[in-house]
Amino acid sequence: MINPEAIYWIWYREVLRFWRTKSRLFSSIAQPLMLLAFLGGGLSFMKVGGASYQVFMFPGILCMSLLTVSVMSGISVIWDKEFGFLKEILVSPISRLSMFIGKALGGASSAMLSSILILTLAPLLGVKLSLIMILQSLVIMFLVAIGFVSLGLIIASFLDSFEGFGMIMNFLVMPLFFLSGALFPLEQVPAWLKTISMLDPVTYGVDALRTIILGESVFPMQMNLTVLISFAIVMFTIGTWTFNRQE
Amino acid sequence: MSVISTKKLVKKFNGLTAVNGVDLSIEEGEIFGLLGPNGAGKTTTISMLCTILKPTSGTATVNGYDVISDQEAVRKSIGIAFQDPSLDHKLTGRENLRVHMGLYGVPKDERKKRMEEVLKLVQLTNRADEPTQNYSGGMKRRLEIARSLLHYPKVLFLDEPTLGLDPQTRRHLWEYIQNLAKKEKITILLTTHYMEEADLLCNRIAIIDEGKIVVIGTPDELKEKVGGDTIRIKCGNPKKLASSVKGKVQKDEVLIVTDKAEKLLPKIFKTADTKGIEIFSARIDRPSLEDVFLKFTGKEMRRETGSFKDIMKRRMRSR
Repeated sequence: MINPEAIYWIWYREVLRFWRTKSRLFSSIAQPLMLLAFLGGGLSFMKVGGASYQVFMFPGILCMSLLTVSVMSGISVIWDKEFGFLKEILVSPISRLSMFIGKALGGASSAMLSSILILTLAPLLGVKLSLIMILQSLVIMFLVAIGFVSLGLIIASFLDSFEGFGMIMNFLVMPLFFLSGALFPLEQVPAWLKTISMLDPVTYGVDALRTIILGESVFPMQMNLTVLISFAIVMFTIGTWTFNRQE
Repeated sequence: MSVISTKKLVKKFNGLTAVNGVDLSIEEGEIFGLLGPNGAGKTTTISMLCTILKPTSGTATVNGYDVISDQEAVRKSIGIAFQDPSLDHKLTGRENLRVHMGLYGVPKDERKKRMEEVLKLVQLTNRADEPTQNYSGGMKRRLEIARSLLHYPKVLFLDEPTLGLDPQTRRHLWEYIQNLAKKEKITILLTTHYMEEADLLCNRIAIIDEGKIVVIGTPDELKEKVGGDTIRIKCGNPKKLASSVKGKVQKDEVLIVTDKAEKLLPKIFKTADTKGIEIFSARIDRPSLEDVFLKFTGKEMRRETGSFKDIMKRRMRSR
């Protein structure tokens, strides 16, 4: 069922495509950076928990690029459908499971690639990263990415064209990002907002990265990890199931 | 042994019957053509044979494997060049080929050699390191055919291989296909709605209309079924010539319907000579596959162009 070579080649194609589509790579980095520079710069008079606002939002910004690229990569299967490449994979002798794993890993790698590029800017903000911190961050980033690429793939399997694309960006990615506490400290928000935020898996990704990079947290690390791992596993499982179901 | 065999193959989409009981038996090494207008069920038939669609009823085997119960074995045995391009535009020609070989598990030590072999076959060696988005329509089709050959398939499906290409490119592509049938020794099933294409490339043709096979045979057999050749002669005294060679007069021409036009023609000339009738011109009209189609389906083949817009429209409709 699982064919490691096929998974590798689907992963390879996915990452190569992302790297080569410079506009996608650029916008996946530029958007979060603009937020960091302009919103962070504009609110730099604020301090959150001892750190400047810009530093405070940095882990959130990492999650923003992770989230957008992950969901987008998942949904990019629609492109494959529309431009025919999906058929090439569907008639090849590989299982849907291998195809899904390759896609999920490829999308997650692309998402991590753009986040890593943003992470290299940490020293400019005066954030010092040790090797351990980087490795820990990568684990968290991977969990977030796998969960959301799978979600994107699941959504794509129910869509037939790009028409629903903008809607997903506006009504899924944006709320998930805003609710995650990426831009504000969750301790100081109204109770109703905090309740909704706690239903958002991104919240735990942001909190985990903030714990690792800034040493500040709302939730215990164990809780963050439990939620992120469960989310990734559930999404991944539903995803493989949806892919197998398709004729 | 037949390489492709179908029995009472049926595919329905929401009550609409696209393929309605197709029986086919294709022998090893044949170039077999499925000829019919758009919407006749050609692509649906191919899609079932290459396991993209599940038949509603009936059975089919490809290379001895059942298309429903043994999908993986079928997929390993076949190569397909789709009607709509299925290349990755961001990847170069070689990258597209490399991914394909990885997915099909072509033995690692053969990959490089095989890749260059198929590139040479379709004459794309020089352009193979460019992203395929720079390719022309004909080049894309050629690369797609090359790609479908990489894993040494037993059966090659070509779905409308020259649709939307200009006449010159089409002629080139025909040469490649003929060349490949010789070099690769594989069975080819192609669909087309171009009569000349079927006539030129195929050993046998099945005419398909409204999901049913109307007639099967070699191009010559099919043409014979329509009837003989027609000799048309313009001469000084049409009536006199017509009465002495059992022809009939139509406008200012004498028409003679026969099976052996080549043999009859000199005799007509001799007769005309002895009767003192001057012949201005003579011409033999052979039945075309177009006539065959007309005879068996009672309608003319619709001529449809394959511009990008049309392809998109068709695709929107087929949703």
